[in-house]
Amino acid sequence: ARNKKGTRNETRERKDQSHLRISRELFEYYVSRNKSIFSRRYRIKFEEMSILEYNGAAIIAMAGKNCVGIASDNRLGIQAQTVAMDFKKVFKITDRLYVGLAGLATDVQTLEQMLRFRNNLYELREERKMSPKVLSNLLSHLLYEKRFGPWFVEPVIAGLDDKGNPYLSTMDLIGAQCETKDFVVSGTCTGNMYGMCETLFRPNMDAEDLFETLAQALMSSTDRDALSGWGGVVHIITPEGVISRELKGRQD
Amino acid sequence: MGDSAYSFSLTTFSRTGKLLQIEYALNAVANGRTSLGICAKDGVVIATDKKMTSSLVDIHDVTKIEEITKDSGFVYSGLGPDYRVLVRKARKSAQTYFRTYMEHEPVSQLVKSTAGVMQEYTQSGGVRPFGVSLLVAGCDADGTPRLYQVDPSGAYFAWKATAIGKNYVNAKNFLEKRFQDDMELEDAIHTALLTLREGFEGEMTARNIEVGIVSTKDRVFRLLTPEQVQDYLDEAT
Repeated sequence: ARNKKGTRNETRERKDQSHLRISRELFEYYVSRNKSIFSRRYRIKFEEMSILEYNGAAIIAMAGKNCVGIASDNRLGIQAQTVAMDFKKVFKITDRLYVGLAGLATDVQTLEQMLRFRNNLYELREERKMSPKVLSNLLSHLLYEKRFGPWFVEPVIAGLDDKGNPYLSTMDLIGAQCETKDFVVSGTCTGNMYGMCETLFRPNMDAEDLFETLAQALMSSTDRDALSGWGGVVHIITPEGVISRELKGRQD
Repeated sequence: MGDSAYSFSLTTFSRTGKLLQIEYALNAVANGRTSLGICAKDGVVIATDKKMTSSLVDIHDVTKIEEITKDSGFVYSGLGPDYRVLVRKARKSAQTYFRTYMEHEPVSQLVKSTAGVMQEYTQSGGVRPFGVSLLVAGCDADGTPRLYQVDPSGAYFAWKATAIGKNYVNAKNFLEKRFQDDMELEDAIHTALLTLREGFEGEMTARNIEVGIVSTKDRVFRLLTPEQVQDYLDEAT
């Protein structure tokens, strides 16, 4: 619509000022209650919440010198409401291979069960342990099988191969893999996590340093995200064994 | 599998507890041309007699030893057409494995799945068992060389050295005498050629036998060219 001057830009600016961002539920409530709210001067925009942000998660994995660490937060929520503060998102596949799953909680649990199923059968049939690269490819395959109705998870894989070298990989919800040497992140506050990791990461950290770095990066990232936090858990995987520690942070 | 009118299995137990169809399939194998394999400490060699009934057969087109994955191969005794079906299925199964895990299927897994296929054909409606025994040569996941035999029943055995087909009894006796645990691949190839010559009807040349090897050094299954076979034959004489 044009104002008296006939220019479009000014009209658009004025309209932008009266944008109101509310959730879909609230929008539908207003629409059902009172249709007269909607004159041309007011535009009400609702924000679509991504299905991957429904439950909330934050997962980081980092490589050190002959060790890897993987950390996750503990929150399980249903949008804004927190429902559990002890929801595990990182799972052990073998002594040297851990998988973190961020995304819709039901898919996190189901995929964990599927991975355990496939891993157990593999170990029984092949009489050997799965290497991290093989698990990563398997998971990518499982996700792509559901290309047109995907699992809503974005996994993170951290492990040591049989020579003891660190292996890190992540993928999107349809299985596009990304293997890196330093760190991988996944969850609802990836922006925060990438920033923290880029700043705090140094190559060839030993197990103790790696723990400190991971813990600080995770806690700082989740502190600024409403959907993740409520403490955390960090697993440091070394050739000698795994050390798991609980983190106590802001309980909000 | 098979016509709907044949939903019952044609391979049924005899009163004595035998599956006669499988026995007969083994007879078909025993009528086939001799094949043998030897598992050395640094590789595996498989060899077969490729002699054709007529000299008019264009022999260059006949391949009995086939590569299945990069590091494993098959050879057979028995019915050629049945063998080709199994080779096709095995290759597909190996590629499916690679597609899922991005890792080559270990020989032990390949053997289990091929044996599974052969067993299916002894318990399905409207089909008969395969008339071949296979010798599978390859390097396993951890690099050890392995030689397996797979029978029409679906039973599989790992061997240090074995022979199947027409002359297998004599060939196996010969191998038993000659086999040593710490044999190297070169010695194994020589022994294989000598064993093959033992039961050969007529003259054995580089053109009427086939030899395939896989070495633990490079873990690649390859067929020896007629020139390479001729070199080994010359050394043997």
